[in-house]
Amino acid sequence: MRWRRVKAILVKESLQIVRDPRSLMIALLIPLLQMFLLGYGISLDVKQIPLCSYDREGSAASQDLLHRFEASPYFSLQGHATTYAEVGHKLDDGSCRIAIVIPADFTKTMNDTGRGVVQALLDATDTNAASLAAGYASAVVAGYSSDVQLHSIERRGGRIATQTPVEVRARVWFNEDLVSRNFIIPGVVALVMAIVGSQLSSLTIAREWERGTMELLISTPIKPMELMLGKLLPYFCIGMVDAGICLALAVFWFKVPFHGTLAAMLVTTGLFLTVVLCIGYYVSVSIRSQVGASQVALLLTMLPTTLLSGFSFPIDQMPRAVQMVTYLISGRYYVTILKSLFLKGSPWTDLLLPIACLAAYAAAMILLAARAFRKTLD
Amino acid sequence: MTESPVPTQIVVDGLVKRFGAFTAVDGVSFGVGRGEVMGFIGPNGAGKSTLIRILCGLLRPSAGRALVAGIDVAQDPEGVRRRIGYMSQRFSLYNDMSVLENLRFFGGVYGVPRSDMAARLEFAVEMAGLRGREDALVASLAGGWKQRLALGAAILHRPAVLFLDEPTSGVDPGSRRRFWELIHTLAQDGVSVLVSTHYMDEAEYCDRVALINHGRLIALGTPTQLKQHALGGELLSLEGDRLGDAIGELQAAPGVLDVAMFGNALHALVDIAELRLPELLLRLDGAGCTKVRGRRIAPSLEDSFVRLVGTSASPSDVLP
Repeated sequence: MRWRRVKAILVKESLQIVRDPRSLMIALLIPLLQMFLLGYGISLDVKQIPLCSYDREGSAASQDLLHRFEASPYFSLQGHATTYAEVGHKLDDGSCRIAIVIPADFTKTMNDTGRGVVQALLDATDTNAASLAAGYASAVVAGYSSDVQLHSIERRGGRIATQTPVEVRARVWFNEDLVSRNFIIPGVVALVMAIVGSQLSSLTIAREWERGTMELLISTPIKPMELMLGKLLPYFCIGMVDAGICLALAVFWFKVPFHGTLAAMLVTTGLFLTVVLCIGYYVSVSIRSQVGASQVALLLTMLPTTLLSGFSFPIDQMPRAVQMVTYLISGRYYVTILKSLFLKGSPWTDLLLPIACLAAYAAAMILLAARAFRKTLD
Repeated sequence: MTESPVPTQIVVDGLVKRFGAFTAVDGVSFGVGRGEVMGFIGPNGAGKSTLIRILCGLLRPSAGRALVAGIDVAQDPEGVRRRIGYMSQRFSLYNDMSVLENLRFFGGVYGVPRSDMAARLEFAVEMAGLRGREDALVASLAGGWKQRLALGAAILHRPAVLFLDEPTSGVDPGSRRRFWELIHTLAQDGVSVLVSTHYMDEAEYCDRVALINHGRLIALGTPTQLKQHALGGELLSLEGDRLGDAIGELQAAPGVLDVAMFGNALHALVDIAELRLPELLLRLDGAGCTKVRGRRIAPSLEDSFVRLVGTSASPSDVLP
């Protein structure tokens, strides 16, 4: 390999990038845009679930229970229904996702049998949100019923037992407030880097075929590895600037805590960027049209990074076979590393395995991509 | 017979290239010597570009052998690439880069020694006549300049063999002439040049011409040899009114080998011109043509080519 030829390609490619300021701007603005869209668009927190009530009793007790729902941060009372049909209608048109129906004999049954019953109707088109809402609703009702119990015991002049049932006090580490954004943003950074990296390189070879410049280029003594290095180095620099933008937004705009070291962040991002650039390059070599290459590169990097990296779905809850597949996804290692760098601040040594995997992956992709290029027209 | 140089720079023997069921190059053999300008002539799709691409190491031959600068193109295409310059049919320099940036780029990938670089760039700019336009974007150059720049880029590394695939297509006649002068200058310095064209007049500029049709070499020789021998007869030019109606009449006449329209005139290939001319004029008169006159003419390459393509079922005996 001769550095002379790598440099010739590198200079040429850089000149062409600079001569096309529109594409350069897109390369720098896209990650900014995607960080905002994905950072705000994806939130697993369920708050302010729209709720409607149907109080068929209208007693002090039933109003007390409904006030508790109103006071909860998880619900927002959207109105009172006066018939079942109205409840059904509100759930149908989506103006509320949960309805609390208090039966006409609520207080009476509670006094007679000691057990009151409330009905909750849920819109479960979004099962995840519905099960969370059901959970929050039973928590509100449980709080109410324990207060009622206390009152009735006090009224009978009994003493309150000092021994309360066993209570779990969970302390959550690494993301103390359980803000899902803190958990999501590192994944979003990985996703944005995957998209940007593969898009940058997916056009380089296909463009030369489309413009007719490739035939001359492959008649020169340039070697496949020299061509690839010269072409990818400028895009690597742009990709690292993009990574800087993503990191800055994550920390300063989305206020995600960053506990790791900048060096670890740069090294691992460089490795991941190498992987996705090589994937884009490989596709560009195989598919000689810019549009086709860009589409395929997007699918090959965005889908696995979204679905199989542990970014949106926890890997340990996947079926065994799918779990095995995730080991083949470079995003898996990068997401693991990023979550750790952002939220845990684990020392280098704890991350050696995923970093080694990512490095091996990058080395393999470099060889694969360089060898895919053939200097013939056959 | 003019002396041909010993064919050392390009040696092609029984070369075949098949794309699936289609045979693009069908058993072609020839040789090109040092400093020789060899022209490929043939209609579009005849296999000229495919042949050149094989010789540049861009396509693998299906059968046969080809040596370029003494190196087997199938076994060591990289070795071939270091020794050749290539101008592809489609303009392949970078339009969004300047003249000098393009030249520096190709100097770099061809591995021109650093110490020679400045002089080679100078030479290429001078040769292409682009002095004063070194910093102009290639996109802004006219066709003739672009072609000369492409030639300049192809010879930066002093290749022994130069392949030019229809370098003058779409270029104005003045620029074409100038381009051919450059080719001859390079050939005088010892560069072997293989150039394809579909302009018949350009074939006259070549030391030797290969006529190619349907992937086969149908004739090979100097322009003079081809004109004299390829026809296998003598040529008459007949003029007059309403000649088109009489083609059938002429073809049936004794001693007539072939008849074809050439512009306003009919060209008739006959065994002995002096013997047949009066007879043909009489026949034309009888067929209702008026103002007929005729004379013997020296055949052009185009006559030879048309005749050879028409009878190319068997390779011509002009092959040396």
